Amino acid sequence: MKRLLAALLLYALAAQAQPDTRRSGFADMSPATQAMQRDDGLNPAWLWVKDGEALWTTTAGRRDKSCANCHGQVSSLRGVAARYPAWDAALGRALNLNQRIQQCRTRHQQAEAWPAEQAQLLGLEAYVAMQSRGMPIAPSKAPELQPLREQGLALFTQRIGQLNLSCAQCHDGLAGGRLAGSVIPQGHPTAYPLYRLEWQGLGSLQRRLRNCMTGVRAQAPAYDSQELLALELYLKQRAAGMAWEAPGVRP
Amino acid sequence: MARTVITLPERARRGDIVEVRCLIAHTMETGYRNDDQGQRLPADLIRRFTCHYRGELVCGADLFAAISANPLLVLFVHATESGPLDFVWEGDNGFVQRESRTLTVT
Repeated sequence: MKRLLAALLLYALAAQAQPDTRRSGFADMSPATQAMQRDDGLNPAWLWVKDGEALWTTTAGRRDKSCANCHGQVSSLRGVAARYPAWDAALGRALNLNQRIQQCRTRHQQAEAWPAEQAQLLGLEAYVAMQSRGMPIAPSKAPELQPLREQGLALFTQRIGQLNLSCAQCHDGLAGGRLAGSVIPQGHPTAYPLYRLEWQGLGSLQRRLRNCMTGVRAQAPAYDSQELLALELYLKQRAAGMAWEAPGVRP
Repeated sequence: MARTVITLPERARRGDIVEVRCLIAHTMETGYRNDDQGQRLPADLIRRFTCHYRGELVCGADLFAAISANPLLVLFVHATESGPLDFVWEGDNGFVQRESRTLTVT
C-alpha cells in the first residue's frame, strides 16, 4: 500500500513537473461556436446523429441484420471511438472507426459499402462516437500498429506541396498563431466526425486532412489510403489522454 | 423527407416562457454559386417557416439566400394551455416539411 502511494505521489509530481500544454481546437473557438457544440439542441451534427440512431436498428443487406442485432444497446460501444484506429487480425491491417463500420456492413450484414463521406456512414459513425463523449482518448496499444504509427509521424513532419509545409510546422510550431483571421489549432482529432461551419455539413478526419493538404497545394491521398490512416493513428496517439468530444462543431 | 431536430421541454407550468429550437437539414443553395463546370446552381431555399401553437400563429419567418445551410430557428412560446405546436417549412421545388409536437402545460 505504501509503495503504491509512493508511486502515485511520484506520478503526480511528474505530472506537475510537465504541465500538459495541449489544447483542443474547442478552446480556440468563439463563445458562440462553443455554445453550439456544448448544447445538443443547437449542434447541427444532431441531424446526422438522428440518422445514425435510426440506422442502428434498421436491418440491411442479405443477412437482414441491424447493428442492434449483434451489438444490442449502442452504449455497449462506449469507449470504442476513443480507442480507434485499431488492428483487425482477420484482415491483417488497421481500421479506423468508419472503416470498421464498413467492414461490419460488408462482412456481417452483407450489404454494399457506402461511398466515403456518405451521410448515413457519417451519421452512424457520429452516433457510435458520441457514446465515448467525455472519455480520455486511449489509443490502441496493439504492437502491430507501431510501423503505421511511425509512418504517421514521418508524414506529419514531411514537407509537402507547393507551399513546402509539413503538418508539424503549423500545428506544432505555429499553433496558437493566426492564419489570416483564424487561430491555428494544435490539430488534435478530439471531435470527429464533426460539423464544420465552412463545410455546412458533417465530415470525417480524413476529409479534414485532405482539406489541409489541398491547402498547402499538395496532392491529397485518396480516402481510406494507408497514408491518411497512418496520420490518423499518429494524431490519435499525439492526443492520448485528451477528452473525447465528438460530434464536435468547428468554424 | 427532410430531417429535423426540434427541442422543447415536454411539460411546462402555466405562464412559463418556453424555448423551442427548430433545426432542419436543408442545403439553402443561394442561386448565386457556380458548380465545378461553371454552371449556375439554381436556388434551392426554404422560403417560409411558421409555427402554430394551438392553431394560433406564434412565429412566422421569411428566409432568404443569406441564411446558412441547416438553419436553426429558436422561438419562445408563452405556455397557456396544453396543445400541439405545428411547424411548417416551405420552400423551392415544392419543398414542404411538417412536424408536430405536444406541449403539456400543468
